[in-house]
Amino acid sequence: MSARNRELFALIPASLLVTAGFAAVFIQRDDILSNVSLTYGLIFLGLCLAAHLVLRVTLPDADPYLFPLVAVLACFGLVMLYRLNATFARDQAQWFVVGLICFAGTIVALRRDHRVLERYRYSIALIGILLLLLPRLGAPVNGAYLSFHIGPIAFQPAELAKIAIVVFLASYLRDTRQVLVVGARRFLGITFPPLKHLGPLLAVWGTAMVLLFVIQDLGSSLMFFGAFLALVYVATNRISFVVIGLGLFAIGARILYAIRPTIRNRVDDWLHPFNDKLYHQPVGGSFQIAQSIFTQADGGLFGRGFGQATIQLGGNAPILPAAHTDFIFPVIVDELGLVGGAAVLLVYLLIVERGFKTAMLATDSFSKLLATGLTTVLALQVFVIVGGVTKLIPLTGVTLPFISYGGSSIVANFILLALLLLVSDRARREAQAR
Amino acid sequence: MNAPILKLFGLVLVLFAALIGMTSYNSVIHADAYRANALNARPQIEQQQVHRGLIRARDGTVLARSTLGSNDLYKRTYTSAGGTFAHVIGYDFLRLARAGLERERNDALSGKRTQLTSIFDQLRGKQRVGDNVVTNLDPAAQKLAISQLAGRKGSIVAIEPATGKVRVMVSVPGYDPNQLDDAATYDKLIHDDKDSPLLNRATQAGYAPGSTFKVVTAAAALDTGKFTPDSMLDGKSPITVSGTPLSNFSNEQYGSITLTTALTNSVNTVWAQVAQQLGHKTMAEYMKRFGFGTDPPLDYPDDQMRPSGVFDTTKQKWIPPQSDRVDIGRVGIGQERLQVTPLQMAEVAATVANGGVRMKPHITNRIVDPDGRTVEQIQPQVAERVMSTTAASQLTEMMSNVVREGTGVGAALQGIQVAGKTGTAELNIAKSINQPWFIGFAPTDKPRIAVAVTLENIHGPQSQGGIVAAPIAKAILQELLK
Repeated sequence: MSARNRELFALIPASLLVTAGFAAVFIQRDDILSNVSLTYGLIFLGLCLAAHLVLRVTLPDADPYLFPLVAVLACFGLVMLYRLNATFARDQAQWFVVGLICFAGTIVALRRDHRVLERYRYSIALIGILLLLLPRLGAPVNGAYLSFHIGPIAFQPAELAKIAIVVFLASYLRDTRQVLVVGARRFLGITFPPLKHLGPLLAVWGTAMVLLFVIQDLGSSLMFFGAFLALVYVATNRISFVVIGLGLFAIGARILYAIRPTIRNRVDDWLHPFNDKLYHQPVGGSFQIAQSIFTQADGGLFGRGFGQATIQLGGNAPILPAAHTDFIFPVIVDELGLVGGAAVLLVYLLIVERGFKTAMLATDSFSKLLATGLTTVLALQVFVIVGGVTKLIPLTGVTLPFISYGGSSIVANFILLALLLLVSDRARREAQAR
Repeated sequence: MNAPILKLFGLVLVLFAALIGMTSYNSVIHADAYRANALNARPQIEQQQVHRGLIRARDGTVLARSTLGSNDLYKRTYTSAGGTFAHVIGYDFLRLARAGLERERNDALSGKRTQLTSIFDQLRGKQRVGDNVVTNLDPAAQKLAISQLAGRKGSIVAIEPATGKVRVMVSVPGYDPNQLDDAATYDKLIHDDKDSPLLNRATQAGYAPGSTFKVVTAAAALDTGKFTPDSMLDGKSPITVSGTPLSNFSNEQYGSITLTTALTNSVNTVWAQVAQQLGHKTMAEYMKRFGFGTDPPLDYPDDQMRPSGVFDTTKQKWIPPQSDRVDIGRVGIGQERLQVTPLQMAEVAATVANGGVRMKPHITNRIVDPDGRTVEQIQPQVAERVMSTTAASQLTEMMSNVVREGTGVGAALQGIQVAGKTGTAELNIAKSINQPWFIGFAPTDKPRIAVAVTLENIHGPQSQGGIVAAPIAKAILQELLK
């Protein structure tokens, strides 16, 4: 069976899932099975088919499982959002259309050779950094500068910036990986990269620190810096570079912890979420993380079923804040249990596996590093938000890719997927030719 | 570069395993502790989101219902006027948690099914709706019982002897359960130590049983075969029991009389001798058979019931009746340090009425799902055989005599033979403060209702059980036998 036919078949479970999900929410809500649920399923299937046709024409050899896996997450997110608020789901569905257009646009633009991106790497890097600094113009939300408002649309530039930065790093490291290894000196038993190439690397570290300082967002900088270290490691196969990088990051984070009360608050909330004083602190308190954990505790092994989580109290203030964005994972665990939460994480893991497989299949260094970087940044984003809401690490507001409500997140992640598929198509075709 | 990519994937696997581990900890491993966290209001909110089932009287009258408030939470309303069912039904409020039958039958009322059914309901997206609880309580008799107590503190319990169905359970003073949700009102009630209105006297009060306890002594006497109704004993007064003199009511003198006569006239000296002759062990055995010493097997919260028995008030400890420290002669006539609940004494009467077999009392008749199907029918259940059928019928005859011509004539009904026993526990002889009692059942040939009536601190010369309690029992029997 051809790759595209396999993809087509793999889409069937995704559309069945979305139909079943909507049906469940409808039955729960109205005790009747409305035909709207079927309509939703059909529209979703139509969108997937359209994207599938684009892939069939432009990237016939690309990985057949990446798109269906993303479709499963996307439809799952849609059902969750519908359950929270029908308006969210409608908006999100519209964003899906926009996201898929960007997806198709990226593929069409780069279908001859995605490596043209290398030519624009410094422009792309600049755009990435500017995007990150944009929210500083607005007001902070919960002490962090994460979103930028254009009219009524809240835009989270970090979502797009992560792609720009990965493209830059992949391209930069393709050039310098050899010299980083060859020119390395051993000092005190640790291998240091050559000084003249250390500069750009220090610049990346500096950028991460500045990010942390300026947007005051530990999670985002962890995500960027993590992707950077992963790429350095893959490019040079020197674990010592990673150790040095982590050390520098830790030092920077420690300093920021000392001088930035926002960061300190986050860590305190993480360590003592059930402290009475912290819980009732109106700004920067541990209310969110505590409620996130209480929500999960309600779920148990199998959850309580769609629409059963206690999120709002009759039009009053929500019990669980930001349930549709940052805290959508606790809602999933509440309603579908540990089993549901683990299943979602497993789907991400499968995507990550396909991403790394693509990287390993790719023959040129840029493609390898690009696929690795994009996959890592996606994995780290999941880790940062799920780790945050489960109290594994201090909480930072980033979206759960493809599931959380949010236009910029959907658009950015579909572009990320498009790039992965571009790399995959070329790699698999070349592998078949060999 | 493929080797480091593979290692990187390994790292991602480890990170995701940590995520799943943390999620497991939050949602399963440590979930119960998180749900019990004081900052977590969800369990309470959740309970108020369930459409709790109705509680109904035997005839279908709604006693408690839930209505949806403006905040999407359900609130409980108790529909009977003046708190007629306050103690027995209890309450369910977000602020106070639960009490009474509301607590005992919470799983049914809140629609908590088995884990498997719950999962299926969830998959079907079915909203949790509570089942309805139909009780055995009789609204007319319940109301009558309260009006008969006429504001005097006390309690009345009526049971069907053959089935254990609790038809009446009242405790005075009461309260209006609908006002309990108000913090100030609740605070006032809970701190009212003089009247203790929140106390269910039927199951929580420890009263001196007085002469009603002679029924227990008589059961032991007849069932062991050591005595018959015609056994003759000397009824002179006073006699020395455990080194102190014991006298009859008004120090009345009797010659050699039968046990039947001794019960009819409630002769203390005779029954003290009987108990002494039976001994500690036998008395203790029969008390145990009647249910003394343990909480009654009623469908009611354990911490709202207390056992009956010999209680040392200074040490705040139960004393086993077989103990040498117990004056068994005085136990035999309901003195010593006996403390009994009205429910226990109603069970004593019901056991005699049911041919010597004690049935488990139950308030709940059946549990009905919202569609009207009976989920569970509470079947009559034997607790224990206390005495032989012969002993029970002999005792019935003796107790009939009490009502026919003895201290209990106040309970006699026109055309229906009533069996019973009066009691007058003397709380303060100088001030003549008594605790009047009546326990009994009717009709004697085929008993349908057993009843226990008692009132606290009744003053004056007209404060004996036969005068105060027997007529109340008569009214209750009459209503329930209609």
